[in-house]
Amino acid sequence: MSAHAPSAGGFSTRRVGAMVLRYWYLLRSSWPRMFELMYWPTVQMFMWGFLQLYISTNAGFFARAGATFIGAVLLWDILLRGQLGFSISFLEEMWARNLGNLMISPLRPVEFIAALMIMSLIRLAIGMVPVSLLAIAFFGFNLYGLGLALAAFFVNLILTSWAIGILVSGLVLRNGLGAESLAWTFMFLLLPLTCVYYPVAVLPAFMQPLAWALPPTYVFEGMRALLIEHSFRLDLMLEALALNAALFAAMSLTFVALLASARRNGSLMQTGE
Amino acid sequence: MANSPPAIEVQRLTKVYKTTRAVDGIDFALAPGSITGLLGGNGAGKTTTIAMIMGLVTPTAGTVRVLGADMPRQRYRVLHRMNFESPYVDMPMRLTVRQNLKVFGLIYAVPDLSERIREIAAQFDLLDLLDRPAGKLSAGQKTRVSLAKALLNRPDVLLLDEPTASLDPDTADWVRGRLEDYRAEHSATVLLASHNMVEVERLCERVIIMKRGSIEDDAPPAVLLARYGRHTLEEVFLDVARGRAHLPEAAQ
Repeated sequence: MSAHAPSAGGFSTRRVGAMVLRYWYLLRSSWPRMFELMYWPTVQMFMWGFLQLYISTNAGFFARAGATFIGAVLLWDILLRGQLGFSISFLEEMWARNLGNLMISPLRPVEFIAALMIMSLIRLAIGMVPVSLLAIAFFGFNLYGLGLALAAFFVNLILTSWAIGILVSGLVLRNGLGAESLAWTFMFLLLPLTCVYYPVAVLPAFMQPLAWALPPTYVFEGMRALLIEHSFRLDLMLEALALNAALFAAMSLTFVALLASARRNGSLMQTGE
Repeated sequence: MANSPPAIEVQRLTKVYKTTRAVDGIDFALAPGSITGLLGGNGAGKTTTIAMIMGLVTPTAGTVRVLGADMPRQRYRVLHRMNFESPYVDMPMRLTVRQNLKVFGLIYAVPDLSERIREIAAQFDLLDLLDRPAGKLSAGQKTRVSLAKALLNRPDVLLLDEPTASLDPDTADWVRGRLEDYRAEHSATVLLASHNMVEVERLCERVIIMKRGSIEDDAPPAVLLARYGRHTLEEVFLDVARGRAHLPEAAQ
């Protein structure tokens, strides 16, 4: 029999790198894919930026609060685009009918997920960096001026986006491309609940505990505290981090269960609808 | 080889999807370096059997051992020594042939990857196509790329699901030649699911015929022809598919 390299005992950065390379080749070969990364964030940023300009012409609280809109839309896009970047890379395998090739290869699920996380960051950078620079040029909003707070916001939002991405990927693995729409719509369930554009206090009392159970709520509250009261709420960031750790672990376990279920019912062989 | 443990060993293998018994308690063992045809009509259980051997589907009951590893539980011990080709999976279409082979070569930890890609591309007449996107290739060219990917890591166990299904007779014959060469050079164990009886007669030293999830017969092609009193495997296949029992002892 032929000689083989010994089987890697565990996690392999080479296999993760191979998958990142695969997605990079794909992005590089397709200008519509690259364009799409920047299109919606730019449109949203301009819409909310102009709304902010309009509101800021009024005096009082709303003039100050208006500055939070463009911050909120940029942070929301980190959450949404982070998850989409993860999920779309996964869906590319389903669309390409390549999942069977990967699933019978030495690539492990944890390596596949790590590659999807890295691609989420790359896609996010391609989409968000130009938009954040446009926000400075057009509206004088410097996201990077948030400094360390931005790092705390970013870490918490990207962890949530990956957790949701892992869940959606597991559901698509188990249920086929018929569940693809979840990739595009799931995060919007969080839009009203995580209070992106308004404080938690606005929600009815019975909905507030639900909002506080979601990590992004702490980020958006923290952002408003920073922009309106110039106060960095470390307590909110730590609570969000703890919730994210629990959410990430729960979604990872759910993914493992969905993958096992997909192996049992044969859905890995049928990657169509 | 005779005393070597089987490369693939299947015992009481069963797969039930809700109320359908796709595979119903089958047993077989494939010797290292052997090439075996898996025949059967649509829905006979061939693809499900191959999927369980690869660890892609979890058996409802029974066991699969590949190169000594229990599948799917110990699959990462042996997946780097296996590979697979099927018309039901594709290579990413926007990537060039070279990019596809590079990505899979990295996943399989193929040593001297650039040289191996050049070598396998030469074997499958793909050198002129290396920088062309996989999606721009003809069906026959795509099949050759898929086979190149399947042999890229020099697998000890090769599972092929209708490898020449979309090929013209000339290209199909050429591909069979490459598979024969590979098996001869690497002593690989090959399991080949096919509807092409000419292919099975030419390549396989043993044929397993499945019907409704069970093994109906299991013998070398010459023995099957004698047993059923037929001149071609296609006639044997039709006898099995249509429920015509093989001739009694006189024909054996």
